[in-house]
Amino acid sequence: MNERPASSASPRPVAPQHRPGSDVPFFTVMGGLGGSYVLLIVAMLAADLAFTSPRHFTAALSKPEIQYAVRLTLISCTISAILSVWVATPLGYLLSRFSFRGRWLIDTIIDIPVVLPPLVIGLSLLILFHLPLGGSNLEEQVQKYLGVKITYAEPAVVLAQFAVACAFAVQTMRVTFDQIDTRAEQVALTLGCRRSQAFLQIALPQAWRGVVAALTIAWARSLGEFGPILVFAGATRMRTEVLSTTVFLELSVGQLEPAVAVSLLMVLAAMLVLGVVRLVGVKVAQ
Amino acid sequence: MIELDQVSIRSGSFGLTNVSLTIPEGTYAVMMGGTGQGKTTILEAICGLRPVTQGRILVNHLDVTQWKPAARGIGYVPQDLALFPTLTVRGHLEFALRLRRCSRKVIQDRVAELAHVLGIEALLERRVRGLSGGESQRVALGRALSFRPRVVILDEPLTALDETTRDRLCDLLRTIQKNEGLTILHVTHSRTEAQRLAEQLIVLKGGRLYERPLTELERPQGDGEPAADASWTLVERTES
Repeated sequence: MNERPASSASPRPVAPQHRPGSDVPFFTVMGGLGGSYVLLIVAMLAADLAFTSPRHFTAALSKPEIQYAVRLTLISCTISAILSVWVATPLGYLLSRFSFRGRWLIDTIIDIPVVLPPLVIGLSLLILFHLPLGGSNLEEQVQKYLGVKITYAEPAVVLAQFAVACAFAVQTMRVTFDQIDTRAEQVALTLGCRRSQAFLQIALPQAWRGVVAALTIAWARSLGEFGPILVFAGATRMRTEVLSTTVFLELSVGQLEPAVAVSLLMVLAAMLVLGVVRLVGVKVAQ
Repeated sequence: MIELDQVSIRSGSFGLTNVSLTIPEGTYAVMMGGTGQGKTTILEAICGLRPVTQGRILVNHLDVTQWKPAARGIGYVPQDLALFPTLTVRGHLEFALRLRRCSRKVIQDRVAELAHVLGIEALLERRVRGLSGGESQRVALGRALSFRPRVVILDEPLTALDETTRDRLCDLLRTIQKNEGLTILHVTHSRTEAQRLAEQLIVLKGGRLYERPLTELERPQGDGEPAADASWTLVERTES
């Protein structure tokens, strides 16, 4: 057999010249599929805008009931979002860092508000506060000892929003801590930290983006909450009416224009708050 | 002094059984061994980050087996350094001293001393993101030494460094160890590093610790841990 000397000729290509082809189809398909959802949202908002007019906005906003609903919405969403993060941060940390017996059960329990129809959350809250307990119930006990009425009052709005929003905040915080390497906390322990110090001085400062994200998600979920509020807090004008119930109340009496105006107001409020929170979050993280 | 007395450690499906080791006070010990043998597991057990299922761990003649990591007073530099992303270099050097509620003067003096020894004075106000490999190693070392531990554990601290930086850091480690009389357990894959630093050579192979003479490092076997042969003797005591 004749073997060609290695240096006798220029190397022959092992395969025909490869032409990778265009990336245009890739971006067309990916962009087309992803863009269709963006388009749907934009189309819905555009239709709302086309349907309403500045006159409808002014008319809707001049109503004292709607002004009250705007105020209650902003306040209740902010309180429930802060409460959610306050609870979600330790819970997310514990679930992320420690394995213990029964963790799967806690995981499952936390996911219940996420998968349950919101109306059922409201109903369950209502039953929880009015279930007879030794001749009394939780509602009466709270009123007796804290002097606060919960059901069909403003606290019920916050509690209904919190019950759902917190589950989303926990998920966010858990993922956040999962993504933070535990090694730095371990080193902190060898340097003399207690667990609490390692959490507060090492883990939490790294979790800022997650805290901001959890706050944003909890606020947005609270803004969109309707079912539990309707069942647990009712839809009393100038009392427990938030913007989502305003849309329902206006629609139920055939007032489509104010309903759309309020819907757009909610979109604006959401975009404004989400934008500001994200901006603050990015600045803090930097 | 570091002593492992028939220690067993279990981590998921991986485990080490009846591991024993003694590193005398003021000794620079180098541990070598192939990947996945359990070197880091042993170091973590000494630091208190991994529970032992059996046996005792003694640091400076005290049984610290059940002690929390914070109470053991061991300086630890993990393989990935694990610097604190939200702190400055100064923050790293001050961290352990603040925990010990040292006075401002003591903290300032110690930070200045460490920064000078480690050559990181110019970096003190910088955050750790963006530091070079060598700079990061120095910061991690400074953080571990800040509270003047008597025992220091280094888990492959000089990997991913160029040769010049590695040589410089080896000299630095040796100087600090001599000056402060530290007991150091240093894990490495590098024969060169071991040659420069080791006063005691320990090899982990097949779940067993072997103490080998330093001359073992001079055999021409290329870089990497010495290969086991019949002449090797176990460090650990066998169960009676």
